[in-house]
Amino acid sequence: MIAVINYGAGNLYSISKALEGLGASVKITDSPSVLSSASAVVLPGVGAFDEAMAILRKTGLADAIKRSAEGGKPFLGICLGMQLLFSGSEEGKSKGLGIFKGTVRQFSRKLKVPHMGWNVVRQRNQSPLWKGLPGRRCWMYFAHSFYPIPADKEVIAATTDYGVKFASMVRRDNVLGTQFHPEKSGTYGLIFLKNFLELIHTKE
Amino acid sequence: MLAKRIIPCLDVKNGRVVKGIHFRNLRDAGDPVQNAAFYSKESADELVFLDITATIENRKTVVNMVRKTAARVFIPFAVGGGIRNIKDIGVLLRSGADKISINTAAIKDPLLIKRASRKFGSQCVVVAIDAKRITKVKSQIAKCKMSPLALNGQAEGISLPAQQKFKTLTRNTLSAPMNIGARPRPSAYWGGHLTPSSRWEVYVNGGNTPTGIDAVKWAKKAEKLGAGEILLTSMDRDGTLDGYDIPLTRAVSEAVNIPVIASGGVGNLKHLYDGIAKGKADAVLAASIFHYRKYSIRQAKQYLRKRGIPVRI
Repeated sequence: MIAVINYGAGNLYSISKALEGLGASVKITDSPSVLSSASAVVLPGVGAFDEAMAILRKTGLADAIKRSAEGGKPFLGICLGMQLLFSGSEEGKSKGLGIFKGTVRQFSRKLKVPHMGWNVVRQRNQSPLWKGLPGRRCWMYFAHSFYPIPADKEVIAATTDYGVKFASMVRRDNVLGTQFHPEKSGTYGLIFLKNFLELIHTKE
Repeated sequence: MLAKRIIPCLDVKNGRVVKGIHFRNLRDAGDPVQNAAFYSKESADELVFLDITATIENRKTVVNMVRKTAARVFIPFAVGGGIRNIKDIGVLLRSGADKISINTAAIKDPLLIKRASRKFGSQCVVVAIDAKRITKVKSQIAKCKMSPLALNGQAEGISLPAQQKFKTLTRNTLSAPMNIGARPRPSAYWGGHLTPSSRWEVYVNGGNTPTGIDAVKWAKKAEKLGAGEILLTSMDRDGTLDGYDIPLTRAVSEAVNIPVIASGGVGNLKHLYDGIAKGKADAVLAASIFHYRKYSIRQAKQYLRKRGIPVRI
C-alpha cells in the first residue's frame, strides 16, 4: 500500500488516481501510523510552505515522514512536497523537514512567475527511474514560483532551465523529490510513476 | 525552455460540451470526459472547462465531471463558471481540478483572489477577464437596440424601458462603475475605473454586464492580489474566427508578470502564432477550430514549431 499524505489543501485526487491506474493500492492519509505500515510514501503538494509545515508538525506527520525517509522506504515528494524536504524556504520562516540540506528560492521577477507549463527535464545520470523516457526532450509539467537549491550537488538527479538552471529532481537513495508534477505530465509522467512503483518492488 | 501552451477550451452546459457565438446559439459538441481524453492524447498541453450553466443547482454536475476527468486524464485542467467562494474552490480542487478560474466573483469581491491564493497557492488561481473594446457611448447604445439585453444577470427583451435603462447604465459605466453586487464596488478602494485613455472594459455575468472597470488595470490588480494566471477573452472576437484581439492581448501581457492565456476569435493556425508572437501570450486557447476538427493540436504545434515557437512535441 502506498500512503499519499493528506495535509489539507492539495489535490490528492490526481496522484491517487494515477497510481491506482498503474495498479497500486493507495491510501490517502493524515495518520502517522499508516505511514509506518505503508510500502512507499508520497508527499504531494500545492500551497504555502509555512502553512504546510505547521500542519505536518501539528499532526505528527513531520516526524513520521522523517522516519519513513530515513528508514529506507521509497519516498516521493512532489512540487511543494519536494520543497518541504529541504532545510527551509525563502517563501516562509518555518524550518523544513531537513532531509535534504539547502534552501528554496524564488524565481527572478524578470521572468513570468509562476513557472507554469511544460518544460524539459534533463537527466544527470542513468537510473531505472528514467526507463522508457527520452533523454533529451523529456517534457514534464511545472507550476511553481520557488525552486530548490541543494547544498549537496550530488543529490541533483535532473535539471531544468527557466532563467536559471535549477534542480527539477533530487534523489538520495530511497528519497526522491520532483519539482514537476508526474501525475499531470501525460504519458511521460505516468511512465515515471510506473518506474517509481518498480523501485518499491525491487526494494521488497 | 518553457513551451508555449495550446489549450482547447470546453464550454460545458448541463454536462455537455457546447459551442456558440458570443455565448449564444449553442451547438452540441459532445461528452466532456471523452473530449478531454481525446485532447490529452492529441498532446494538448492543458484544458479549460467553462461551465456556462453556472447555477447553484448545477454545481454537483460540474464536480462529477471534474472527478471523472481527473481519474482518466493526466494533464492539467482548469475549471471556471459559477464559482462564488472559497468553499466552491476547495471542492473543485479536491475533486481533481488543478486550477480554478474566477471572473464575476473576483470583480464582486477582489479579495477572493487573495484568500484563494493564500490557501491553495497562486498557481491554481486563474482570473478570467472578459474584455470589450470601448467604442463611443453612442455606438454602444445603437448596438444594444439590435440585440437582446441582459442586465444584472437577468435576460431582458428589447422593450423600450430596457433600452432606456441600458442607455443610463452605459453612460454611467463610462464615468463610474455600476454596483454589481452587495460588496463594495472595487473602484471604491482601488480606482480601476475607466478613464478617457481606457481601451477595453471588463464585462461580467457571461459577458452580459459592463462593469466600468478598465481591463488592463484589472489584470494588474488581480496579479497584485495573488492571481497566478490571466485568462483573457476578447468579447469582440469570441466566436468570430477573425483572430485574437492582438492589441488587447499585448497590452495585458506586457502589463503583468504572470502568464497570460489569449482567448477569443481563433479561426486558423496563424491566429495562434500571432497571439504568441505579436500578442506576447504565454498560452493560446481555442475552441471551435479543435472541436470541429478543422485542425488537430499536432498540426497546430507543428505549425508553431516551424515558425520558431517552443512547443511540446
